[in-house]
Amino acid sequence: MDLSLANNYVVEEEQSIIETVQFIVIRFGEEQYGIDIRYIDNIVRMQHITRVPKMPAYLKGVINLRGEVIPVISMRLKMGLAADEITKASRIIVVKLEQEGNVGFIVDEVKEVVQLTADEIEKITYNAKDEKANLINAVGKHNGELISLFDLSAVSLEGN
Amino acid sequence: MDVSQYLEIFLDEAREHLQNLNTRIMELESDPESMDTINEIFRAAHSLKGMAGTMGYSRMQTLTHDMENVFSEVRNGNLKVVPEMVDLLFKCLDALEEYTDNIQNSADEGTNDNEPLIRQLNDFLSGRDGGVKQGNTAHAPAAESAAPVDGAGNKWDEISLEDSQIRVIKEARNQGKNIYGLNVRIHEACILKAARAFLVFKAVEGLGEIIISDPSAQDVEDEKFDRDFTLIILSDAELDQVIAAASAVSEIERVVGAPIELENNKNYSAADEAEESPAPEEVKQVPAQPSESAAEPAAAASAPAAAPAAAPKNDVKKPASNKPVVNCTVRVDIEKLDSLMNLVSELIIAKNSLVAASSQEETAVNSAFNEQIEYLESVTTNLHESVMKVRMVPIESVVTKFPRMIRDLSKKLDKKMELYMSGEETELDRTVVDEIGDPLMHLLRNSADHGLESAEVRAMRGKPAVGSIFLDAYQEGNNVIIEVRDDGNGIDVEAVKAKAIERGAITPEQAANMTDKEIISLLFLPSFSTAKQVTDVSGRGVGLDVVKSKIESLSGEVEVKSQLGVGSTWTVRLPLTLAIIQALMVVVGDEKYAISLGSIQTLEDIPASDVKLVQNKEVIHLRGSVIPLIRLNQVLDVESSNKDEANLIVVIVKKGDQLAGLVIDELIGQQEIVIKSLGKYIRQCKFISGATILGDGEIALILDANALI
Repeated sequence: MDLSLANNYVVEEEQSIIETVQFIVIRFGEEQYGIDIRYIDNIVRMQHITRVPKMPAYLKGVINLRGEVIPVISMRLKMGLAADEITKASRIIVVKLEQEGNVGFIVDEVKEVVQLTADEIEKITYNAKDEKANLINAVGKHNGELISLFDLSAVSLEGN
Repeated sequence: MDVSQYLEIFLDEAREHLQNLNTRIMELESDPESMDTINEIFRAAHSLKGMAGTMGYSRMQTLTHDMENVFSEVRNGNLKVVPEMVDLLFKCLDALEEYTDNIQNSADEGTNDNEPLIRQLNDFLSGRDGGVKQGNTAHAPAAESAAPVDGAGNKWDEISLEDSQIRVIKEARNQGKNIYGLNVRIHEACILKAARAFLVFKAVEGLGEIIISDPSAQDVEDEKFDRDFTLIILSDAELDQVIAAASAVSEIERVVGAPIELENNKNYSAADEAEESPAPEEVKQVPAQPSESAAEPAAAASAPAAAPAAAPKNDVKKPASNKPVVNCTVRVDIEKLDSLMNLVSELIIAKNSLVAASSQEETAVNSAFNEQIEYLESVTTNLHESVMKVRMVPIESVVTKFPRMIRDLSKKLDKKMELYMSGEETELDRTVVDEIGDPLMHLLRNSADHGLESAEVRAMRGKPAVGSIFLDAYQEGNNVIIEVRDDGNGIDVEAVKAKAIERGAITPEQAANMTDKEIISLLFLPSFSTAKQVTDVSGRGVGLDVVKSKIESLSGEVEVKSQLGVGSTWTVRLPLTLAIIQALMVVVGDEKYAISLGSIQTLEDIPASDVKLVQNKEVIHLRGSVIPLIRLNQVLDVESSNKDEANLIVVIVKKGDQLAGLVIDELIGQQEIVIKSLGKYIRQCKFISGATILGDGEIALILDANALI
């Protein structure tokens, strides 16, 4: 076998690793959203959420994830959509935030993992009026579909 | 040398020594003549210097060295302890603390040479006798070391030589070897004399062969010698080399040596005649050995050295029990304890789920299973208690710095005051002890600055000129109480009221309706200070609210009682442990909540008809006291699930001497629960102090009764 060919292959793969970001694609209603996979700690099935009194509506409560108490947020309420309808496909995505530790988000469905290259990601500008848009900082194009990409740092700031 | 692995030990010990120095110098100030204290100070300073030197912190070493010189002069009676000196020494300690802090933060001592301090120290040294003795200090050790060469020096000539040993010496001399007598004196302040002696033995053995040691090698090893020991050695090396090798060991005060003439030995002639018993086997070996040892002296050295050692061994055994008992303790990283505690928590959760599973089982579980579960329960409870105890440390480590602080405050504020402490041995969880220092310091400063009156006022009120501040700690049930008390002015309620109105915290109408107690509690509001002028000590309005929030973050509470003109008492109440508590599980609506057993007074069944309205608030009359009712379902925003309208289940909770009744829907029972934080994302709801994981894996929130009242 030609060694140089094998080397080329490795180089190619390395380049692709550097340039692409992996996103987990989730669904709210008909819309698709993406979360940077590096933030994701865990994806768990829906379970009983213990309500915490005197909290904003989007803060649904806390769950027990292997002995750790984790707050759970309804992404739908946070974005101003209709309240969650819990189905078999509903999941809680647990993400690691730098400041706040682990936080869970309720999503309608987890679809797939996609790789987006830098030129498939388009930054969008900040729009103070649209609350929904504040959580989204970019749009990704994948197979002719659009995926709104969450800005997790905005989610964490809102919590304060 | 890579010393980083010793850094932690160094820091620990350095802080210990510094604390010790602080305490002792305080003692010295009140009793300048105490020899014990001075010796203790000297020892601590010396160890500190040694440690700093070993770790390569030369600035720290230099400063300690100069301090040590001062202590040494004090000890020798050449220098009197005066207040200025004590002040200076305290400043030096502060500087040393700064070095230690720097080392802790960056593993580097920093670049501050503290030259002014060193100069002042030297001024003290030289100042005492017009500089004459200054020179003396430098020369004294030299002179001292020179003197004994003639006087006590020829100790080796006094050693009684055994027949066999004399033969060895003669033989060696015939082989052209040098025979030296060596007297080694170890520094007075040396702690591990045996270790130093061992190093000397080793150094000398590298150059020759030790044939006699007085006291014996075994005794030296067991530290059964005063400060010096004498060796007779055979060597090919020059005398100077041998002496240099021995002196190279640290903490050796002096080494004297000279070639030996057998004829000079006092016992020589006597030993020559003594032919009775040339001792058993090992001695016979000795004359045989030297012929080989000529070839390789190092290898053979061990055998003759062992000979004198072996002989007195039997006599030695008995007094060996006199050795000081060493404390059998281990230093453990707090993180390791934390992870141990976490594991215990997990275990308790697992145990709880086993208990839940076994009680849910409708079918008769066999009794052996239940027995084992009960056994497991008692084991986990004991395990938890033991781990908790391991984490407990006396609050001493925090409070010992306070006398010094009060002393400084006394000077700064120009008020005479004295701090009396009791219960320093009271133990608390390590995490609590680490956090409690600052709040207590605030309270003490507060007492010193605001509490105690100026000398004139005290005299006018007929109080003793010296103000008293008390710090008392003791355990009460599952809590530890720390009281800070002073015999000062107490809190001027009117002044607080006026200030609060001025600040807009309350309206004059509100003020008129407030009890004194409520007004005093205003002091804990942020940015509230009644001090007429902002001083360096307190009065910037960042004190009491910080104290309160800090103590509350430790699940504790702080209260104040005060009588104008007589004094005030601040009471800090802290839980013994933070991680695992006994709690009462209750149901409100369809949710489960835990209430710490520590705050629960009683459980009552109250007929709904007993509930009265006072000022439009629900109260009950219970055994002579009127207790406000709090309907938990309203507080927690849930529908009550209590079907029985006629009866209320009420949990009577206590906060200080305030009572309140919490209306719940159902009782579950008592349970040991592990407290988990709700995480940073959820800004703590005021009356939820955390969460716990139940046996079935679900989460129950912990209600903070104190916040509800």
